[in-house]
Order: sequence, then structure tokens, then C-alpha cells
Amino acid sequence: MALLVARKVVKRFGGLTAVRDLDLDIEPKTIYSVIGPNGAGKTTFFNCITGFYQPEEGEILLDGQPLVGLPTDKITRLGIARTYQNIRLFANMTAIENAMVGLHPHLRTGVLGAIFRTPAARAEEAQATAEARRLLQFVGLAGKGDLIAKNLPYGLQRRLEVARALASRPKLLLLDEPTAGMNPREAEDMMHFIRRLRDELGITILLIEHHMRVVMGISEHITVLDYGEKIAEGAPREIQTNPRVIEAYLGRGGAAQQHGVLDAPAAAG
Amino acid sequence: MRSYSAPVWQMALKLGLIGGAVAALLALIGMVEVFNQRAIIGGVISMGQTFLGLAVLLSAYAAARRAGTQTRSTALLAGAVAGAAVGLVIGGLALLMAAWPDLRTILINASPTLLALLTFGQAAPVALAIWIVAGGLLGAATGALLLLTPAVRSAILAALGAVVLVGVLADLLRLITSAWGVIGQALRWMFAGRGLSVAGALVVAAVVVLIGVLRQRGLPKLQPAAGRRSPRQTLLSLAISLAILALLPPVLGTYMSEVLDQVGLYVLMGLGLNIVVGFAGLLDLGYVGFYAIGAYMMGLLTSPELGFFNLSWWAALPIVLAVTILSGVVLGIPVLKVRGDYLAIITLGFGEMIRYLALSNALDPYTGGPQGVQLIAKPTIGSFVFDDVTKLYYLLLAGCLLTGFIAIRLRDSRLGRAWMAMREDEDVAQAIGINLVSTKLLAFATGAAFAGLSGAIFAAKIGAAYPQSFHLLVSINVLALIIVGGMGSIPGVIVGALALVGLPELLREFAEFRLLVYGVVLVVMMLYRPEGLLPSEAARREMHEDENVTEESALAQPAEPAIQLERTAT
Repeated sequence: MALLVARKVVKRFGGLTAVRDLDLDIEPKTIYSVIGPNGAGKTTFFNCITGFYQPEEGEILLDGQPLVGLPTDKITRLGIARTYQNIRLFANMTAIENAMVGLHPHLRTGVLGAIFRTPAARAEEAQATAEARRLLQFVGLAGKGDLIAKNLPYGLQRRLEVARALASRPKLLLLDEPTAGMNPREAEDMMHFIRRLRDELGITILLIEHHMRVVMGISEHITVLDYGEKIAEGAPREIQTNPRVIEAYLGRGGAAQQHGVLDAPAAAG
Repeated sequence: MRSYSAPVWQMALKLGLIGGAVAALLALIGMVEVFNQRAIIGGVISMGQTFLGLAVLLSAYAAARRAGTQTRSTALLAGAVAGAAVGLVIGGLALLMAAWPDLRTILINASPTLLALLTFGQAAPVALAIWIVAGGLLGAATGALLLLTPAVRSAILAALGAVVLVGVLADLLRLITSAWGVIGQALRWMFAGRGLSVAGALVVAAVVVLIGVLRQRGLPKLQPAAGRRSPRQTLLSLAISLAILALLPPVLGTYMSEVLDQVGLYVLMGLGLNIVVGFAGLLDLGYVGFYAIGAYMMGLLTSPELGFFNLSWWAALPIVLAVTILSGVVLGIPVLKVRGDYLAIITLGFGEMIRYLALSNALDPYTGGPQGVQLIAKPTIGSFVFDDVTKLYYLLLAGCLLTGFIAIRLRDSRLGRAWMAMREDEDVAQAIGINLVSTKLLAFATGAAFAGLSGAIFAAKIGAAYPQSFHLLVSINVLALIIVGGMGSIPGVIVGALALVGLPELLREFAEFRLLVYGVVLVVMMLYRPEGLLPSEAARREMHEDENVTEESALAQPAEPAIQLERTAT
């Protein structure tokens, strides 16, 4: 059974329909990409899944459990974590504090435990620190735990955002343009990193991405949105040759030069 | 620093005229005259004269700083010009006042006393000349300060500052030391008139310089190079500070104990509001409401005048705290969805509502209406009754230690992290799995409990609760002391309370200028030290973002990703 199922999801902003009748099935442990030109409704759809927006129609299920109507914290507790297109770290907190905030839903120290620093609270705090440190190491921030988030280089900020998302132990991780603003080499690194998330941690990945090299390189399944509607779906090869996709990206005139527009680099096959 | 194309003297003249205008303004609103009643050094320089001198000093210093110190003469010249300009304005004011006595019908503080003060008893034109020359000389001396090595300069400035500070407090210090018997007698030579004696001033200056020298030479050896101190050292310094704190009331006497009690009440409230505003970022302007609820609940439960319960103070305390916590939650629920400015306005309304409820006739049997509640119980331990300010001090001290401890423990826990995450970005905090409802309500409830404790002690202190004690200004004071001390910083709350509550109490006779000084201090703080006097780590990071940002993170904007697609077309 699919991990995440979306059925006929509709999100409108006033007269504008940002997401129209969207159906989606994400199988466990896949890397699934949503692509489309700017304004196609990709991030809006992300916000519908994570509870930032409430879709007007349709339903979204995680493991069969309906998500629509739940607040964002509940959805996170059910096993969905995300990163943001424009990095939204807790900028003035340290890297390790950011990761530890991510662990919040799994800790249970209450007011009294915190005030009296009970053995249970101390043990939990030590465990949380150790886990946060492991997460930082996993994403490549070993030894940088005490740096202030906003002082980290851009690439590491993206990594830290992933670490914070991983801290909530998600089944499904939503990455919103993880390679935005990166040069080709950094993007390549990020691509390998995303693959590791799936291979080593067994997390299902839902990706919004503009770097076609990345998308075609790592996705097992791709959905293409245009004006809020799904115009194509399938494996990378099928998407690359789909005329509607090419048209959406280049407009009607550009459709003539079909070949090569969405080609993955040979290496990425 | 930008370079000034205009000649140095023009810039210095401008700064001097500004400084002079400020000094003239202070004189015309009566501040100089009032402050002149106290001396810094008895018979030598009064507080009012110090004020005018400070105008010269600050203008000259600013001018000399801008002029730079490449050549000796520019700093001296800039200082001298600025100083002389200040003198020109003040002397000019004296001339104007002498030539036109009717000025007083418009500016009522332009009194003959002020004129005498400004002219040194000389004819006005002579005084003008004296002012210009003296201002120029003092300004040049200030400029010369910049040419000294930093160590010497800071020693001189520290000594001057200490003399002024001790001089301002001299009146009080004499009062305190006079109660010390033999030691007080022995210290009498330090004071003269309503200020320090010359010898006293010299001793103060010498002590400050000596401490400075010792700190540069000796003390670093005592403290290990690493910032962290060992637990034993921490414990030792804690024990010493506790012992000092415990000795304060008998040493300082009743008046100072009263001031310290006042500070203590505000520290309690500050620690509570610091959780709400500083940690969790929820701007609450109705905080006084919880202070009022604490005091009135204590009245309701203990006052035989109302005749409901007649509990003892200690028996009532848990109920008082429970009710204030509950009120924190109840007032928190409606504002859960509200942020920033709107939250501030709504909580402001809550605070006022509670005061009006206390005043209202409907609740008269429970609150005493405008007359308030009297005969509120005093706390007792065995046969020991906390019935005067020196005794209540210990109760407040215990309360502050307890709440401070709780605040620190909560800050360093999972809950503190959740508060800070919420302050940084509420939406993301929620999306990371933080339950905003419980996290916010916990902040409101803890803050309310601290204020309730403060209110309960306040009620015991004056033995009554009156509506006018719970004015909006209390909320604003508490907020201001947090801002001045440093948002989110626990030591900052204490420093803020000492600065904004303690200091004004000590300078009571200048009460009419209190709000003016208060306003100026806040404006200056926000401009030059927005993170507060003792900022928390996070606040320091926030306020100084431009400093250690790496190059890469400055490029945080994604670079038009969509374009890459089209470029791959062949």
C-alpha cells in the first residue's frame, strides 16, 4: 500500500486554483519528485500535506490516516517532516539546539522534571544530546554543533534543516528545493545525500526540485504539475519525452526543439 | 568610519552646539538647578555643574573621536572647538537671561538662582567669556584623553565615573555609614556638604585606579584561562554572594532595605515576564494583572476585614499561586492565535480590565472597591513575623532565588528550547512538532505564578491592596527593566531592576525628572545597546548579525532555479 495517498486535492486562493484535483500515490521507500514551472502549485501542495494550508476538497492519507484538518504539529508526530524552500532554521540558536528542537515530540520531560532535573529528565536530556550529535554527524555537521545556525555556510544550513527534520524520525520527508542556489558540485553532493537518506535510513522522500540533473538522477517516480494540475506522471525516462511536459516548460513554440530539453545527463542514468 | 570633507572645526562646532543646546534645555527645564542642591564634591563641584561639565565632556569626546587621532592637533582642536561651542551656548543663555529677566514669564525655570549658577556670580558677559574659555580648555583636555594609551584613558574615565557616581550617592552613603558606629565615625572625613570631600573623592579615584591596575596585572592569574569555572569555584562564589546578600539589610539600614524590597518585587515580576517575553517571545503588556490577582487573592484569603477566610499567609500562598496560574491559563487561551502587536494590545486590555474589576462596585465585597483591602496577613515562621522591610527582604530574597532557579532550569530544558524555537519562528516550531497551545500556556502560567508570588509578598509588605498600586505603568516598568537588562537574560533582570527601580528610589528628590530620564535612557539604550546591559547569548547573536556572518550564508537567496531548465536545451 502507498505510504502517502492524495485524492482529488483542491486548494484555492480566492479565484485562483493553486492545486486542482491532484491525485498522488507515493510508495514506501521511493524517491518521488514533483516538478513543474514556477507557480505550478508544488509548494502549495507541500503546504497542504504538512498542514500549513487546509485544502478545500479532497483527502490526504498517511498510512491510511487522514491528514486534512490536523494542525502541523500533529502531522509531524504522525511521521511527516519537511524542509523549506527559503531556509527556515531557528537562526539564533546553535546547530545542536536546532536538532534538539526537532527531537521535541519524542521527549517527555515536563515542568517538574525540568525544575528538579530528575534522573529520568537528565537521562533523557543526555540521550537527546547524543542523538542530536549523531544526526549532525550524519548530515555532515560533525563538530559544528555549537555554531549559530545563521552563521553556517549556505550548504550546511540546508543540511542542518534536514537534520532537524530527521530528528522527528519521519517516515516521509518533504524536501522543498534542497539544491536551490547551489552550484553544480554542491547539487551533486546533495543528490548523493538524499539518496543516502533513503538507502541508509529507509525514509521515503518527496522532492520539489528545479535542477533537472538532480531530479532525473535520483527520482524513481515523477509527477509534473502545471497551473496546479497534474499533466504527467511516470518514471524519469517517460517524463523526459512527454510532449506535454516539454510544452509546459518551453511553451508551444519551444515544443519544436523537443529533444534534449529534459535530458538527464548521461552520468545520472 | 566615513571621512568628513567639511573641515574638522565645522563638525566640532556642530557637535558642540548640539551639546550646548541639550545643556541649555536641561537648565531651562529646571534640572540643573534642582540637581545643584546636591554636591559631587562638597564645596568644589555640584551635581548641576557636573551636568553642564558632562555636556562639554561628551560633545568634545564625540568631536575628537570623529576628528580622528592621526595628528595630535586635530583631536585637541576638535575637542576645544566643541567644548567652547558648548560654553558659548550656556554662556549665551546666561547673557540672554541677564539681559531679559522677563524670560521667566515664558520659561519659568529661568530663575535668578539658575542665572547665578550659570554666571558664577559674575556679570553675564564675563561669565560668557569664562564659559567659552573653560569649555575650550575642558574640551581640549577631553581631546587629549584620546591621545593617551587605552589603559591610562580607561583608568581616568573609570576614576571620574566612580567619583561622580559615589558623589551622587554620597548623601545616602553618609546616612548608611552613620549607622555603623565606630566605622561610621571613622568614615566621616569622606563626606563634605551633600557630597564627597576632596579627600574622599581622591580616595575613591585612587581605589578605582588601583582596582583597575590589579585587574590588569594580578587577577587573571586567579581565574583559569578557560571560561568555564569548576563546580567548586561556582559553589564558593555562590556562597559568598549569598552571604553578602544576607548581610545587606543590617548593614544598609531600613531605607535601603525598603529600596531593595522594591527591587526584589520587580525582580520577581521581571523573572516571570522574562519567561513570557524574553524566552517565548509573547509580548504581554497586561502583566500587572497577575500581580494584582496575587495581591487581591492574598487579601481575600487572609484579611479579617473582608471576613471570608482568615487564613494565614503561608496557608493562603498555595491557593494564591494556583489562582494566578489558572488566571494565566484563562487569559492565555483567548490570545493563543494572536501574535505580536495584536497580542500586546489585547493583553494591555486584560491588565486594565483587572484593575477596573478591582475598582468596581460589583466586586466590592471581595476587593473592597476603591478603598482596597486592608489587614492582609503577614507571613510568619514560628514566632518570627516578617513585619518590616528588613525582614521581608529575606522573604523576597528567597523568592527571587527560587524563581531564578526555576527560570534557569526551565530555560535549559526541552521546554526552554521549545519557547525559544517559538520565539524564532512560530510556524516552523509548530511544524517541527511543538504543541503551541501547551507551550504558550505554560509560558503564560509560569509568568503569572511569578507575578502572583510578587503580588502576595507585596500585599504582605504594605498589609493592603489598593487598585492604584496596579497601574499600567507597572507592566511598562517590568517590560522596560527586561529590555534594559537584556531580553531573555536572567542576570539582566536583576541589573535592569536595580537600574530602573533601585536607582530612581535613591534619587527620590529628583522624582519630577524621573520619567524624562527614564525615556532618555530607553531611547539611548535602544540606539546604542539594543541587546541590553547584560544580554543573553541569543540576544547578542540577534543584535549583531552583521558581525560574523560567513560569505556563503550571505548568498542565502536561491539563484533563479527555473532558468537552468531552458539553458539545457540544445
